Amino acid sequence: MSGATSAGASGPTSGPTPGGASGAPALGAPLQRLEGREKVTGAARYAAEYFPPRCVHAWPVPATEAKGRISALHVDRALAEPGVLAVLTHDNAPRLAETEDRTLAVLQSPRVLHRGQHIALVVAETLEAAREGAAAVRAEYTVEPHDVELRADHPGLYVPDEDNGGFDGARSIGDFDTAWASAPVTVDAVYRIPALHNHPMEPHAATAVWDGGRLTVHDSNQGTTAVQRTLAELFGIEAEQVTVIAEHVGGGFGSKGTPRPHVVLAAMAAREVGRPVKLSLPRAQMAAVVGHRAATEQRVRLGARPDGRLTALAHEVVTYRSTLRAFVEQAATATLSMYAVPHARTVHRVVHLDVPSPSWMRAPGECSGMFALESAMDELAAACGVDPVALRVRNEPDTDPDTGRPFSSRHLVECLHEGARRFGWGGRDPRPGVRREGRLLVGTGVAASIYPVFVMPCRAQAVAEPSGRYRVRVNATDIGTGARTVLTQIAARALRVPPERVSVELGCSDLPPASVAGGSSGTASWGWAAELACRTLLRRFEEHEGPLPGDGLTVSVDTSEEVEATGKEHARHAFGAQFAEVTVDVDTGETAVRRLLGVFAAGRVINSRTAHSQFIGAMTMGLSMALMEGSTMDPAFGDHAERDLASYHIAACADVRDIQAHWLEEEDRHLNPMGAKGIGEIGIVGTAAAIANAVHHATGVRVRTLPIHPDKVLSALEEAARRGG
Amino acid sequence: MRAVRYERAADASAAVAALAGSPHGRYLAGGTNLVDLMKLGVETPDLLVDITRLPHDSIETVEDGALRIGAAVRNSDLAADPVVRARWPVLSQSLLAGASGQLRNAATVGGNLLQRTRCLYFQDVGKPCNKREPGSGCPAREGVHRDLAVLGASPACIATNPSDMAVALAALDAQIHVHGPTGRRTVPLDELYRLPGGHPERDTVLEPGDLITHVELPALPEAVNSAYRKARDRASYSFALASAAAALEVREGTVHRVRLAFGAVAAKPWRAYTAEQRLTAGPATAESFARAVDAELAAAVPLRDNGYKVPLVRNLAVRVLTDLAERSREPR
Ligand SMILES: Cc1cc2nc3c(=O)[nH]c(=O)nc-3n(C[C@H](O)[C@H](O)[C@H](O)COP(=O)(O)OP(=O)(O)OC[C@H]3O[C@@H](n4cnc5c(N)ncnc54)[C@H](O)[C@@H]3O)c2cc1C
Ligand code: SF4
Repeated sequence: MSGATSAGASGPTSGPTPGGASGAPALGAPLQRLEGREKVTGAARYAAEYFPPRCVHAWPVPATEAKGRISALHVDRALAEPGVLAVLTHDNAPRLAETEDRTLAVLQSPRVLHRGQHIALVVAETLEAAREGAAAVRAEYTVEPHDVELRADHPGLYVPDEDNGGFDGARSIGDFDTAWASAPVTVDAVYRIPALHNHPMEPHAATAVWDGGRLTVHDSNQGTTAVQRTLAELFGIEAEQVTVIAEHVGGGFGSKGTPRPHVVLAAMAAREVGRPVKLSLPRAQMAAVVGHRAATEQRVRLGARPDGRLTALAHEVVTYRSTLRAFVEQAATATLSMYAVPHARTVHRVVHLDVPSPSWMRAPGECSGMFALESAMDELAAACGVDPVALRVRNEPDTDPDTGRPFSSRHLVECLHEGARRFGWGGRDPRPGVRREGRLLVGTGVAASIYPVFVMPCRAQAVAEPSGRYRVRVNATDIGTGARTVLTQIAARALRVPPERVSVELGCSDLPPASVAGGSSGTASWGWAAELACRTLLRRFEEHEGPLPGDGLTVSVDTSEEVEATGKEHARHAFGAQFAEVTVDVDTGETAVRRLLGVFAAGRVINSRTAHSQFIGAMTMGLSMALMEGSTMDPAFGDHAERDLASYHIAACADVRDIQAHWLEEEDRHLNPMGAKGIGEIGIVGTAAAIANAVHHATGVRVRTLPIHPDKVLSALEEAARRGG
Repeated sequence: MRAVRYERAADASAAVAALAGSPHGRYLAGGTNLVDLMKLGVETPDLLVDITRLPHDSIETVEDGALRIGAAVRNSDLAADPVVRARWPVLSQSLLAGASGQLRNAATVGGNLLQRTRCLYFQDVGKPCNKREPGSGCPAREGVHRDLAVLGASPACIATNPSDMAVALAALDAQIHVHGPTGRRTVPLDELYRLPGGHPERDTVLEPGDLITHVELPALPEAVNSAYRKARDRASYSFALASAAAALEVREGTVHRVRLAFGAVAAKPWRAYTAEQRLTAGPATAESFARAVDAELAAAVPLRDNGYKVPLVRNLAVRVLTDLAERSREPR
């Protein structure tokens, strides 16, 4: 299934030689997930599976209007339900301190800013009573007209100073307009992606317990340090008074990357009723309160010489944010780092709509933007009569066009060539719509992937116990990625002991604070801290004379300085290439992905098993985005119509037939001691374009609006047939 | 809290008696639809009569070669039945095209027949819906209706019947055996479901307390050569965008017997009588199939986002018929 191939290496390795005589496995070894057995046997416990004594249940009540003010809330019937202990509303809920993320200011005001916003919380002895009570709450509203539809001509559109991640709202190189006006070959196309929802398997859930002034919460999130700090701030207590635990997390895909309203509600309710409270968001409510990938409309203009060399590029994004939260999908941000082009511009235009708040979803920005850019590159390949792989190779830059800096390492061309070789791309007939197998049309497509290298400062502790065991303490979060396993490998290597002698403690805010499981930065950031702690410990250990004290030797480290000192001189990104073969049924327009193959260059891979899972998992999610995912904004009501996994379609096993992920052994000494770039997100970048390009190759029809549903393909085929006579 | 009483019935009479006098009671079979709707607050029964232990759990060949299928038979078991696969393959195929393996293991024949529409407004108690709350309105007409009906709809409701199995049963002239408070009767499947008209709240002609005990398939020689095709958004675990069930017997290039039904286009499985009539005694060619299906679909009234269903169901039907015609030419 997977394998590694040597790439043209760019410099010597850093750090000690992995493995060696110490018994520590080489970095890259396919160590099994340490908690795998617990998970498959059901022994692993998730946030809603803790049962503190006297625990009660909470069920939120969603707003049924998109905009307005609550004029009356009738809670008598709910309170009369046997078992109902309290109904919290903006009238009686305790006041919270202000926070930047206003989606967390739950039950603080009668204002309703989007449909599905929580307007009350029913707390009851049983889950059933809470749900029943919630159904009995009646709200009256002073309704205001709502504005929920994204349109490219919306008068409210403006260019924000900053997008998500602090990126510029608009950027420019050279003089696009002039270059565009004189470009011999042009592509000018608009691509659309609907709103997408993360929908992790485990819903957002929390079990909150107050003990005097101390709050302990089991919460499903991607970073307990951030949740701890936010809760402390909201409730006006010290961070030390709050413990947030996320031992196992059933996926997040970004939607658990920041504290979400459910945990605030649970903590608030527990304090109000003086008993532990458990709140697990029903799937039907998730779509409105945990974030989504905002819909985008993206115009891409490519100007090129007849040989395909780019002369001008513009990538203009129209999207929305909510009125509650300043989150703008940075869809065009990666564009300027992709290809050598002297004149280019990226612009994001955003409008405030009365909709649920968008937020992070796996590869926010890159995932959306690269669908548009890589589809346009395919259109350019067709316009110039150049092979799509060759076109990309031809436009390979020497330095990062965006920043002018050299790349710390860049092996996109190698990924394209290696992928082409493995896929059997060579000799491909470029003509669209000519390969037929019975009632199926067959085609292939390619697209490039990119994802930036992020790294965050973290703290960690390493402890040498007299027993000969080691403990590494770092507040990482394992959201199913294998972080626990990978950190164990990194620590074992640094300590030069077998992994069995190391236990990694993570997922609790009492541990040395660490960054969120997001931005594909976990392994680099936490791993760096773990590695530094272990190396420091080893030195202390070597200096130590006599037996260890009873509580062992402990060292604490903070990587702030090291992290701050890197990354200034280079543009640092992971790259990849994805190839797809699709079949399209001429009778139904149904597209099936027969083969999907990715080759990535993402620094050193630390665990080939968990890395492979990350790559193919993200590629599957990209396939899903290409063919079936989408949330429909209902203009009449102002919410997304699909609110369960029967109607919000994500790929089933039957949709994923032959999927392969490979990677190049990439050496990059400008990263971190492990030499690792992130791998959690790059696999979803470009996948949808590779598939859409394959659909075009199969059918001759270009579907520029995702998802590529059968009805779109069928209508386009019929239209083409009509035009063709 | 609203208490829900739960009773387990041992036989049909006991089940009917248990539910009699409880107009808000429901039979509980596999629960894969009913329990979901209860969680959403769409169904609010005060009594559940569990009928999974009723002795209607077998598949038997009776006199005249007909097949009697107990209403409690699980979807998986029916799909795997060797007699069904040999003599009514369209039925097995339709079942296997539906839901997921886990759901089919739990779902029963009776429950599959009486599952409710998947219209998203019907499932959201925060929104109006004439089927759920008569007189409240039908937001689907102007709203999200890509999956909804193009045939037989009314201003009051454009919901579709979601069952795959029922499409095959419609083509096969299945008879539904009902044991009700006033006795037993048989309802042809094609008359079981109602078109919405002014009363979309009533999916079927069944009365409160009516229990489905069996489904009977008459012996049909042409059913041996039958098939089901379904188009959908993903390869498994999703409802049909449109589907077609057909059985065909061709003699010397001429259609001798044909049965054809469409799924996911109306509030009932759409038996294509007009098309069947045109096809019978005509040439078994793709062109002739297409003309006949077009005649059936002339009555279609597409809305803003579901017009694709017309060419889709047409292509599916022509494809199934063409495949069956080819197969009937091959020596069996
Ligand atoms: C995610 C998902 C995907 C699905 N996909 C498909 C699909 O692609 N195609 C498809 O066809 N179906 C699909 N289904 C629906 C599934 O087939 C039905 O839920 C199932 O068949 C219902 O059977 P049950 O025995 O569980 O019924 P229950 O949920 O127990 O009952 C359903 C209704 O029938 C009534 N009832 C049950 N038995 C009798 C009886 N003998 N007499 C009178 N009344 C009775 C009940 O009172 C209730 O009102 C899907 C379901 C889900 C959840
Ligand atoms: S189509 Fe029928 S089920 Fe759907 S909203 Fe309209 S009335 Fe309700």
